[in-house]
Amino acid sequence: MTGAPSPATSPLLHATSLERRFGAARVLRGISLTVSPGECHLIVGPNGAGKSTLLRILAGLARPNGGAVSLRGTVPGREPASRRAVGLLSHQSHLYDDLSAAENLAFAARLHGMPDPEGAARDRLAALGLLERADEPVRRLSRGLLQRVAIARALLHEPTLLLLDEPFTGLDPHATSQVTTMLRAELQRGAAVVLVSHEVREAWPLATHAYALIRGEWALAGPVAGSADQFLARYREAMDG
Amino acid sequence: MGEFLGVALAVAAKDLRVERRSKTALVSALAFAVLTLVIFNFARDAASLSRTAMAPSVLWITFAFSGVIALNRSFTLERENAALDGLLMAPVSRGALFVGKYLANLAFVFAVETVALPLFVVFFGVDLRGAAGGVILVAVLATAGFVAVGTVFAAMTVRTRFAELMLPLLLLPFMLPPVTWAVQATARLLSGRPASEIAGWIRLLGLYDLVFITACLLVFPSLMDE
Repeated sequence: MTGAPSPATSPLLHATSLERRFGAARVLRGISLTVSPGECHLIVGPNGAGKSTLLRILAGLARPNGGAVSLRGTVPGREPASRRAVGLLSHQSHLYDDLSAAENLAFAARLHGMPDPEGAARDRLAALGLLERADEPVRRLSRGLLQRVAIARALLHEPTLLLLDEPFTGLDPHATSQVTTMLRAELQRGAAVVLVSHEVREAWPLATHAYALIRGEWALAGPVAGSADQFLARYREAMDG
Repeated sequence: MGEFLGVALAVAAKDLRVERRSKTALVSALAFAVLTLVIFNFARDAASLSRTAMAPSVLWITFAFSGVIALNRSFTLERENAALDGLLMAPVSRGALFVGKYLANLAFVFAVETVALPLFVVFFGVDLRGAAGGVILVAVLATAGFVAVGTVFAAMTVRTRFAELMLPLLLLPFMLPPVTWAVQATARLLSGRPASEIAGWIRLLGLYDLVFITACLLVFPSLMDE
């Protein structure tokens, strides 16, 4: 007997045969990915492999030249509901330099229709230990603090899909541990995470699946098995091959 | 509708707050406005050209180009730190984003005009008594139209490499009709001509606003998608 899969267990994100070209350059080739709630998919790859482009496509900020992405049956980015489901951390902070961390997050909370934008902003900043610097313009914050504010912004509206591009960049060990704990809590509440990172050892405890993206193609893909060092050894082999 | 307006007001308030802190657009637009008025005032040959003959054109050159400077800033601030991506990822109507940016741009340009108009009166010795209401109405109608088009073009060009160059190139052809009509109406207002002579220009400006603000609202969402 079969029935429709329940929304809680069915895949949240389904990408099939994604292709992306910039002029003559093929940046992504035949990329497929299925992400279910509670899963963390770790993607590693050299610079220029197409990782950030892939995240932009999954977020709905860029369109693929081939293939398709479905987020709970909708095209990411097209409808407000699909945009509400996604939290994106990219290489750039999405923050306004002349506004404080609290003002930036309150503005984002307002756009997401949250009932108490200022309160939500302060709660999220407090969780990342940023409350003392909450009222300073973000242009005055260090690289690491800015990264934490950007992470707070991505997590603010409790998205069901987190797309994180290098979340550990610029963070000290304490902040890295704070972010890891926060991401673990997000996974436990049923969110799914697609995490692009060069910091494989930091991200490995969170990962349920690991991929190596090399020259726009999956060189390694599958559920996590073994240690981070073993995965890195296979990744280096794939790079050399 | 309440949510649409709430988002629009949040976007406008954010832009105004950023501008209040940085003062980038306002200061550069005001500096341009003052410089233009000073140059035209002293460059005029008093023997061959009266102040009143020149005044309407100078006023609208000042308004139009300082408006372009303010509009250029509108989406440039969204380019810094890719804040535009943050806006586009928000679960809100693209139309509300347009209205928010439009309201903020209107506030900038009106602020510049509010400072430039008294300076214009001082430099050109124009007597606005009896014409002030008409001039303000013409300024509001003409500004409302070209700022709407400018908001759309600023959003279009922000992701290009030459945004600061592209915006005036694209916008100027669309600015010509309202600015020309505004010059015609202002000239008649300053000469104390009867209201019946100005009504036609006012109607044209109103029609331009109706057509272009509606068109901009409809076009903006598709422009925001890649």
